[in-house]
Amino acid sequence: MSNFLHINNISHIFGPDLTTGERIAAKLGAKVETRSVHAVSDVTLSVRKGETLGLVGESGCGKSTLGRVIAGILLPTTGKIAIDGGPVMKNSHKVTTRVQTVFQDPFASLDPRMKVGDIVSEGPIAHRLTTKHEARKYVARWFERVGLDPIWVDRYPHQFSGGQRQRIAIARALAMQPDVLICDEPVASLDVSIQAQIINLFLELSRDLELTCVFISHDLSVVQHVSDRVAVMYLGRIVELGPVAQVFCKPAHPYTAALFGSVPKLVLDADELVQFDSIEGEVPSPLSPPSGCYYHPRCPLATALCRTSQPVSKKVSNLRDVACHHYKKQLADAG
Amino acid sequence: MTEPVLSVKNLTTHFFTRAGVVKAVDGVSFDLAKGEIMGLVGESGSGKTVTGFSMLGLVDAPGRIVKGSVRLNGTELTTLSDNELRSRRGREISMIFQDPISTLNPMLTIGQQMKLAIDAHESVSVRASATRAADLLTKVGISSAKARLRAYPHEFSGGMRQRVAIAIALLHRPAVIVADEPTTALDVSIQAQILFQMRDLARETGTAMIWISHDLAVVSSLASRLAVMYAGRIVEEGRTATLLRDPRHPYTAGLIASLPAAGKPGTPLNQIPGTTPSLLSLPPGCPFAPRCGRFTLRCEAEPKMTLQDSRGWRCFHPVGRLADAPV
Repeated sequence: MSNFLHINNISHIFGPDLTTGERIAAKLGAKVETRSVHAVSDVTLSVRKGETLGLVGESGCGKSTLGRVIAGILLPTTGKIAIDGGPVMKNSHKVTTRVQTVFQDPFASLDPRMKVGDIVSEGPIAHRLTTKHEARKYVARWFERVGLDPIWVDRYPHQFSGGQRQRIAIARALAMQPDVLICDEPVASLDVSIQAQIINLFLELSRDLELTCVFISHDLSVVQHVSDRVAVMYLGRIVELGPVAQVFCKPAHPYTAALFGSVPKLVLDADELVQFDSIEGEVPSPLSPPSGCYYHPRCPLATALCRTSQPVSKKVSNLRDVACHHYKKQLADAG
Repeated sequence: MTEPVLSVKNLTTHFFTRAGVVKAVDGVSFDLAKGEIMGLVGESGSGKTVTGFSMLGLVDAPGRIVKGSVRLNGTELTTLSDNELRSRRGREISMIFQDPISTLNPMLTIGQQMKLAIDAHESVSVRASATRAADLLTKVGISSAKARLRAYPHEFSGGMRQRVAIAIALLHRPAVIVADEPTTALDVSIQAQILFQMRDLARETGTAMIWISHDLAVVSSLASRLAVMYAGRIVEEGRTATLLRDPRHPYTAGLIASLPAAGKPGTPLNQIPGTTPSLLSLPPGCPFAPRCGRFTLRCEAEPKMTLQDSRGWRCFHPVGRLADAPV
């Protein structure tokens, strides 16, 4: 299958909006905050039609920013996004409805003063996917699709539980009939027993509607369950990319290996002392990232080369990319 | 078995709200041995946090401990006055809260806060308390601890702040620490570091711990015993390994089966239908019955705790190997 969603050299930099006065003051040597955060640096990805790409990383690694850039919510500082050949943004305006987002917190993402039926129908009416007259029927169809009772359309968000709200958020996204769905930690705020319900709904819908998905999560087991391929991010860069099974079983980047090693697993034999392979240190501040490879201060394989030169993404195999000078050693060590 | 450090019997905490009585904790009983780590697992609203708060006497109006007892080293805590309770809190039993951002005072340096915690129970010279604080900070993995005492909380990352909170909880070497989801707000790599350290510290100091969490995987790697809460009750308890390998209560079994790690990637997960019940209008009988696949008419009465081989469950129709054994 051909690539459907193209992400080309995307960078997103958050910097202070300086006034002209401040800019002059900074030039003259005054103390004005001019540092900026490279939330996403130079990310290139492509996703095939119907594929689910998992995006994992610790908080602050830029995975949500990347999701928002793909969804056309944030304008990338450089680079282009294209869906099926068409642009997502033109002159800093979003020009397509083919990409929609489901956000993390269903308590914050639904307007508390709107009826849930109106929340779902607002977009489709504005974009003439349905008419005001037909809206109720249209919404009811999507409600049924996500497992909600259509008689609830006149209720307000506060009358629903977290899991139901996330279903409403999914209905709102799908009612726009998108081709691409960005899911930004859709199950992170839900209870375990509800998480499974939403994951099952997601799997069913993405298959039936042939959705191309970018699934952002810090929960590795969730990503492993829903994605076809996975991209691991660290400080704004993609350090490893490949099919889920391969990346999870045999990570090529030391960070991926350490990240997976540090996740507590369900231990069935508690008599044994469980050994965590915890990563030393913390994620450096993105305001002043380290030189060379961003991961070198925490990396067990780091050498002098890593301190000076930023590794570029290399092909490990046909489907896998990794940005590490020593990936061969990492793969060999893993056995 | 030796005398337990902490013994909770039939603890019942209700909240008297305008909408009605919320039975947040309804007859919770357990014992905690010296140096033992017990995991208290449940979904949001299952009463696990209120159980923790009740043990330290931190439940505020409209909430109140209605009945039951909490005995710490033989002393009944529920009947103590506020002052007596305060003299024990922090010294004999302490708590680590979920959110490290809001538990530290932003106006005081780390050193000042730790000194306050020491002074609350002991009179120690300024120099001695600084040494003690620095030692503990080193122990919980903060480098150059002496210099860090002069830092303010905003200069620390989330993981570092939680380490400080842990150090404060350990200052008086309490017999029991109640940890309420202390790693939930942290990244996985930091969480692993902290879990690892907590386990070692507990072993080293002989401190018993109650680790409250919604995450079975986290608890299972730390606790030797688990108690699963649902709708304000402990529905199942036992040794971690036995309970996870061979759960009895359908809720525990459902929780374990619904974890993504348990299923094959891409296949539907086992899901527990419905949602957690509102504690305001809990129907009589087993609270899990409306979501349970093994529900029968018998479940309209509330099951008692069935005890067997140092484990227990509250279900008329337990799952697992002994499912057919008489109950």
